[in-house]
Amino acid sequence: GRTCVSRSEPRARDGHSEEEEEEEEAEEGCYQLYPGHIPTSPLQKALLAAGSAVMALYDPYRHDMVAVLGETTGCLALPNLRDKMKHHPEGYRILQERPRIRLSTLDMTRLRGLPDGTLGREYVRFLEDNKVSPDTRMPPKFVDDEELAYVIQRYREVHDMMHTLLGMPTNMLGEVVVKWFEAVQTGLPMCVLGAAFGPIHLSARKLQVLATELIPWAIRSGLNASCILNVYYEQRWEQSVESLREEIGIFPPP
Amino acid sequence: AAGLCPARALLARPGAALRALCGSVRGLAAGPEMHFGFQTVTEAERREKIYQVFESVAKKYDVMNDSMTLGIHRVWKDILVRKMNPSPGTLLLDVAGGTGDIAFRFINYVRSVRERQLQRKLRHHQNLSWQEIAESYQEDKSKSLGDSQVVVCDINKEMLKVGKQKAQHLGYTEGLSWVLGNAEELPFDDDKFDVYTIAFGIRNVTRIDLALQEAYRVLKPGGRFLCLEFSHVSNPLLSSLYDLYSFQVIPVLGEVIAGDWKSYQYLVESIRRFPPQEELKAMIEDAGFLKVDYQNLNSGIVAIHSGFKL
Repeated sequence: GRTCVSRSEPRARDGHSEEEEEEEEAEEGCYQLYPGHIPTSPLQKALLAAGSAVMALYDPYRHDMVAVLGETTGCLALPNLRDKMKHHPEGYRILQERPRIRLSTLDMTRLRGLPDGTLGREYVRFLEDNKVSPDTRMPPKFVDDEELAYVIQRYREVHDMMHTLLGMPTNMLGEVVVKWFEAVQTGLPMCVLGAAFGPIHLSARKLQVLATELIPWAIRSGLNASCILNVYYEQRWEQSVESLREEIGIFPPP
Repeated sequence: AAGLCPARALLARPGAALRALCGSVRGLAAGPEMHFGFQTVTEAERREKIYQVFESVAKKYDVMNDSMTLGIHRVWKDILVRKMNPSPGTLLLDVAGGTGDIAFRFINYVRSVRERQLQRKLRHHQNLSWQEIAESYQEDKSKSLGDSQVVVCDINKEMLKVGKQKAQHLGYTEGLSWVLGNAEELPFDDDKFDVYTIAFGIRNVTRIDLALQEAYRVLKPGGRFLCLEFSHVSNPLLSSLYDLYSFQVIPVLGEVIAGDWKSYQYLVESIRRFPPQEELKAMIEDAGFLKVDYQNLNSGIVAIHSGFKL
């Protein structure tokens, strides 16, 4: 843990800086709500939201900026999601047990051994085909509530499940489709912005496919489906992807 | 600060009540306690943390400087070198010189002074034969810097690496040396340098008194000590605005541009912790320097301290 600032610091420079300690910065180390938490003032959050939005558009490879944008703009959507989880038996269990999807907690050999078409097998196939790992998700920093921090963490870790259930790869096109689905499902402003501005980097041909087939499907599925955070994926590896889709309410991909 | 009250709600961090419950944590850490920004750490921890800060910011150091100061840091460094007014043949030691900003400016300055010298010499040589003039070009060509040299010394390998790459990229080949070293214990002999500079570095030194003593030691008699550093703003209105900008905007810039909030939080805290102008002047005098004085730039946001070894 971090050390707290001592008010009676013997080396404190002069009255000037001590005064400032009391007013603004002293809190820094004092109420870290979870490891990695950085408390921020509303002004800082506003600046972060604006800055990260610009940077994410400018350099789409800055995934950390997309993450920061999500955290700083999620103040309405995240409590909403948390409540949805609380009022659903499976979601409630997830909030209590706080499962994490990480390489260290997944039994990759067992999942790989499952029959084709099951969630576990297809998830591992997705990870290997796209050469991604669940461990690259950024931990939250700017969410000022410990439970909401877990909610956004869960959302990030479940993102790969979304790819698997929607059958979308991790290229720009696939990501945009998943973002549209997530935007409808979660209402997170970051998803909405990503969905709206993501296509900027796409070619005209892809845009056409996107607009005519993929986006309408993603929106319909998103609206029809129950809350994707209310599914305890870790307990459903053996379930087939099709049956899970039906259960949640996702229409088959075009 | 009273004037900030209406804006306080916008600036206050959540959970202010917890602050009252927080005491300081004096752990089992050995060694004297020091500050790292607004944290309390041991001397060894402080050195380690500062090393890590600069290791992580090295690649984005210049970009961040430009963003945070809106490019004004370049003017400050120009003023430092102009104040130094080095003549060709000067031997400069730039401590904590990392990415080479002062070193490059020094070389440019000396080169232009040298060019002017050569032009003046040419005008006096107009009575020489054309053959003698051509010969004088040959010997002067190899002395475009006129034997001036700058040694860039930094404790951090990453910063030196960035500096060397920059030098290569910008075409600085001669008159430059890069040395890994600690300002508190310089790897140089006594009475070696004409000028010692430390720009935005002394704030990060753990024992400032030792660094000043070392500066005194390695300077030749007659040598000059120059320190460019963030200092204290006495004007209350400007000070409030400066604080607002420092604490609200700079860490955000750090996160957005460099992906590193914590290092830039450390930066603004370390500025507040650093001794103000008069106190630094006294410390420099304690190290043995004479004719110590300081010049405020931008109402004290930055100050240049100067002293002589006489």
